[in-house]
Formats: sequence, structure tokens, C-alpha cells
Amino acid sequence: MKHFKTTWRNMRRSPYQAFAAILIMMLTFLTVSFFVFLIGGSSEVINYFESKPQVTAFFKNDAKQSDINTLENNLQSTGKIASIKFVSKDEALKIYREQNKNDPLLLDLVTADILPASLEISTTQIEDLAPISNTLKNSPIVQEVVYQQDVVSALTSWTSAIRKIGLALIVVLSLVSVFIMVTIIGIKISQKKEDIEIMRLIGASNWYIRWPFIFEGMFYGVIGALFGWAIASGVLWYSTPFLESFLRGIPVLPVSPLIFVELLGTELVLAALLGAFSSYLAVLRYLK
Amino acid sequence: MIKLDKVSKKFGTGVFGLSDISFDIEKGEFVFLVGPTGSGKTTIFRLLIRETLPSEGSIFVNGWDIVTLPKQKIPHLRKKVGVVFQDLKLLSDRTILENILLPLDVAGVSLNEAKVKAEEVLTQVGLISHKDKFPIQLSGGELQRVAIARALILSPDIILADEPTGNLDPATSWEIVKLLSDINEKGTTILMATHNLDIVKSLAKRIIELEKGHLVNDNKNNKEEKEKKSHPKKEEEKEIKEKETGEEKKEEKHETL
Repeated sequence: MKHFKTTWRNMRRSPYQAFAAILIMMLTFLTVSFFVFLIGGSSEVINYFESKPQVTAFFKNDAKQSDINTLENNLQSTGKIASIKFVSKDEALKIYREQNKNDPLLLDLVTADILPASLEISTTQIEDLAPISNTLKNSPIVQEVVYQQDVVSALTSWTSAIRKIGLALIVVLSLVSVFIMVTIIGIKISQKKEDIEIMRLIGASNWYIRWPFIFEGMFYGVIGALFGWAIASGVLWYSTPFLESFLRGIPVLPVSPLIFVELLGTELVLAALLGAFSSYLAVLRYLK
Repeated sequence: MIKLDKVSKKFGTGVFGLSDISFDIEKGEFVFLVGPTGSGKTTIFRLLIRETLPSEGSIFVNGWDIVTLPKQKIPHLRKKVGVVFQDLKLLSDRTILENILLPLDVAGVSLNEAKVKAEEVLTQVGLISHKDKFPIQLSGGELQRVAIARALILSPDIILADEPTGNLDPATSWEIVKLLSDINEKGTTILMATHNLDIVKSLAKRIIELEKGHLVNDNKNNKEEKEKKSHPKKEEEKEIKEKETGEEKKEEKHETL
């Protein structure tokens, strides 16, 4: 309570320093939050695709139903198939209509003729997808094979890139925050040099002098993290409807409130540690 | 209570601030430390609270060996020794009450308890009506009393007063000295540095005289003789009263070393 009072007084007396400290902490934790959402979201998407070991073969327009049936039977007989589902042109149209029911323009443009018939095949084991997709590719009646593994590997490489960029950004921003905090706390210590000297002569222990500065650093960290988290979470919350329609069918959103709370908790702890660490560095540097 | 044994302090420039100083002060004594500026009075005070270490010799304060005292024990020492600094060292951005509360806070006394104690001490030095003012709003004599109050608040065994009458008029100086001797009567050992000879001469106390870092005179034994002859306390009080009433006339004659 006493430290809150002191910190509040210090903030009132040097508002720009306090503002800079809080802002840089905010920026750091805004970045942390955004990348946590991004990385968490994309691994969810990958999980979704990986949990569906599936190949889709689209047939040529002139493919005969009997040829398709033969192919289907051939695949069934390999014993690697978990399920196989034929989607006719009409069914494809129905699915398409369902997905785009809010957009009459798109509905008018498309007829059953444009949409190809397809065969959705899932295997019991992921490794079996490759030979099956090869079989399909070699079939004369197949126009195109969409192999989820390609999607997954593309997504995985994107995610790992995002992860690297995010990590690098967070490390750089954390370092910047530490340096800025050390400087700001250092300035505060220099301003109070005389007071500190007097307190020493009166018999104040090192920790009596250090603790208020460390508390101040933690306070800036916590406030910054709170704002950073609030902004990132607010943005995600606000754009959830849009993102949901973008990721149609992939069950990533909405993010459960529990995750927001957990993220906040973790960030507050990290921010307090980062603030305390920076102030401690400053105290070691400026309080001999 | 305080014991210096062959203490020397050599400064970085190679100059001796103090050389071969030995004296000891008993519990409950009131001792004047006199000498011109630069004679080493403040250096002795700084040594006694371990603000600096002696180059040679040993120092004991309240049973602590100052030279070998581990660093983390220094705060304990300083809580037991109240110091009235020459430049007061009050915190300008805190009120008088907050200044007085500081040592209690440092010592970990709870705020409510501390306030009671602080107000008690402020009443003792006659500044209770100024408790919410800032140091800049007080006169020199009042500030000096604030500094004494702060030195007093933790009920230390020893008070070191470094020229507490330094730049005060004689009337105020006498008030300060009166205050210190009241404190002394309650059992606190007092070591007061001054070059106000008027005060020193009028109070029959032990005088330790320094000059250029050497101890030139210590009338420990003289004083004891004097005490045998008369009732010093009564005499002192009479003298103080006389001084208090007759200061105006004395003001012009007031001499300093």
C-alpha cells in the first residue's frame, strides 16, 4: 500500500517517464499476445487438417459413372481405406449453395455443370495417403487430386516462419523494454541520489532503498501488459465474426474466454518479472 | 560507549585528516568536540557511523567494532546512533512529520505507532504545530530542532551533533544546547562538535580539542575535578537561564573560533 502511494507520487511527478515505460511494455505484450493468437490459431488449423487424412479426387466432366465405380471398388480392395464418399455434381452444387447462401450473386453464376463430381477418400493411416493419391493421379478419368498433406506442409512452413518472426520480435522488444526501463529507473535513482544517501545515513538497509524502485518497475510492467493484452484480445474478439467466415468450417473460433484469462495471467506474471528484472539491473547499476 | 584507539585517517590525497586520535567516552557523558574548521571534527563523526573507515587504529561504538563491522550490520549501527548532520540532511520533498517518521519506517515500526512517537518527539522539541509544513517553510533554528528530533526518534544510545548551532543566532543556539542537555539528562550520550566557545565555556562539560587532525586537549580529568567541587547540574541550568535572558547583550561579543 505504501509502495503504491510512492509509485503513484513518482508517476505524477514524472508522467512522461512513466508513460514511456508503460508504452514500451504495452507494445511488447501486444506483440506477445498477437503472436500467441496467430501461432495458436495456425496450429489449430494444422491439427484440423492433420486429423483428417483425406484425398479428394475431382473427376473430368466426361468421366463415366461406371469407370468411377470401378475405381472406387479398386481402392476399397486395397484395405487401406477408412471411408470413401462419392459426391455427385448435384451434391456438390448443394454443398456450394449451402456455403454461399448469403451471396446470391455467387449462387446465380454456378450451375451443376461447372462443379465436378468428386471422391473424398480418407485412410486409416496418414502414410497411406501418398500411394492412394498416386493411384488417383494415374487414373485417366481424374482431373485433379487435392492432397491434404500438401496443405498441411504449406501451413506448417508458414507457421514455423510466423513462429520465428514472432519469437525474434518478442526478444527484440523485450530487450528494448529492459533497456528503456533500466534507463528510466536509473534516471529516477539519480534524481533521488541525495534522498537515498540520507536514508543510508539514517540506517536504511539496501533493500529498504531498492524495493520501491523494483516495485515501480513491476508496476509499469503489469500496467503495460494489461493494456497490451486488452488491445490484442479486443481486436481478436471484434474480428471473430469476420475470421470465422474466412476460416469456414475449421473449428478454431471463437476462442474460449478461459484462454484469454490464462494468457492474461501468464502475461502479468511475465511483465512483473520483466519489470522487476529491469529495475534490479538499474538498482545494481546506479545504487552502489 | 565510544572508544577511539590510535585512530588515523589518511585521505586519498595523502593528507592526514586525523592522526593518532585516542579518547573514550562513557555512557551518559556530554562531550564537546571543538576545533577550527578542517580540524577533523566531522571526520570523527563520519568514522563513528562508518560512513568512512579509518586508515589505522580501532573504533568501538556501543560495543561494535566499527572497523570489522560487516556491511550488512551498518544499518543496525546507524539506528543506534542518532546524528544531527552539519547540513541537516532533511528531505526537502517531505513534510516535517514525514521527515521524522523516516527513521521509524526504516526501522520497521508500524505507521500508527510511529505517528504517536513522532508527535511525542515533535512536542518535545516544540515543533508540533509545524508538523505538516515543508522544511523550506521553517527557520534555521526550527530546522535544527527538526534534525535533532529525527536523531532522537529511535531513542538512540548516542547522539552525535555536528555543529548544531553552526549558523544560528546566540538565542537560538542556547535553545538548541538546552534541548541537547535535556536529552543528555535522560541518559543519552552526546558528542557535540562546535566552535562556539561561548557555549563551551559556559557549560562545564568535557571538552576534546582538535587541531589539524591532532588531539591537542582533553579535559576529562579536569572535568571530574570540577564535578567534585560543585553541583554541576544546577550550575549549568542557572547558566543556561542566564544566557537565555542575557543573549541580546551578548550577541555582539559572541565569538567563534
